[in-house]
Amino acid sequence: MIVRLLGEGQFRVDDSLIGRLNELDAEVEKAVAAGDERALWTGLQALADAVRENGVKLADDDLSPSDAVIPPEDLSLEEARELLQDEGFIPDVPVAS
Amino acid sequence: MPGLMARLSLIFKAKFSKALDRAENPNETLDYSYEEQLRQLQNVKRGIADVTTAKKRLELQYTSMQQQVDKLDGQARDALKANREDLAREALTRKAAVQGQLDGIMQQGQQLEAQQSKLVEGERTLQAKVEAFRTQKEVIKAQYSAAEAQVRIGEAATGIGEQMADVGLAVQRAKDKTEQMQARANAIDELTASGALTDLTSSGDDIDRQLAQISQGGQVDDELAKLKAEVGGGGEAPKAIEGEEAK
Repeated sequence: MIVRLLGEGQFRVDDSLIGRLNELDAEVEKAVAAGDERALWTGLQALADAVRENGVKLADDDLSPSDAVIPPEDLSLEEARELLQDEGFIPDVPVAS
Repeated sequence: MPGLMARLSLIFKAKFSKALDRAENPNETLDYSYEEQLRQLQNVKRGIADVTTAKKRLELQYTSMQQQVDKLDGQARDALKANREDLAREALTRKAAVQGQLDGIMQQGQQLEAQQSKLVEGERTLQAKVEAFRTQKEVIKAQYSAAEAQVRIGEAATGIGEQMADVGLAVQRAKDKTEQMQARANAIDELTASGALTDLTSSGDDIDRQLAQISQGGQVDDELAKLKAEVGGGGEAPKAIEGEEAK
């Protein structure tokens, strides 16, 4: 599957990584719930590292959409809460309107 | 509630499945899509230029704030030489307030630096994808049936839309960062304007004025002593005055 690290690009990873990514994702969620920014950053970094270490970067001119999207590693607690609450975090892009 | 990754993936899927649904008249949609992409690319470039400008302006402000810190440090030293510990303390207190804001700006500046280099990278990727779309749309027009074309357009547009949203978000975050830094810089200006922190670089500064008085007082004493020595020829001062009166 294809995973996008926001701010960094897309990686092709083996489907077997999905389980691991979901585990790490749950840890990130816990960190946000606990209001622990350090743990949030550690979690996000672990997610990004898992993708970087196990994935191959997609060519710049590849137009494939991603199957999963991972937030930036320096996401603040405030941004994380915004992301979990509404869709306003991602700007609207009228590409194919 | 799903985690951040899951949540973000859902948002992206929702956003771009809309784009997919709208791709109905393949040829027209293709050309229109491409024009839209070029327009968005320009927006992204403008956004990156704005971030660069804001960062340069902050760097200039940073220099002048650093000068304020240096000046307060010098004032504290002068005050201490003049045995005015109270003034030295005042100067150091102000220095700590300005330094605190400066440190915050510095730290955010480092984060901005990292975001900026990713922005440039993201823009380069976006440019490559838009260029790939231009080539691909001609292939789609020439080689595929309407139904097939629709699927391929949808995919390509989704891929580009994703990149666009990614860079767009990065530009937004970098802008937010410069605004936070600007707010810190403004906080120093406001402290200065409200009088809580006297304008430290102006000559009207009360620490400056008091130090100037001390040094003027010292100069007068020095000159007086010198004059006494000259006029009296090393003798007693009263004699010299008598001599002048006799003249």
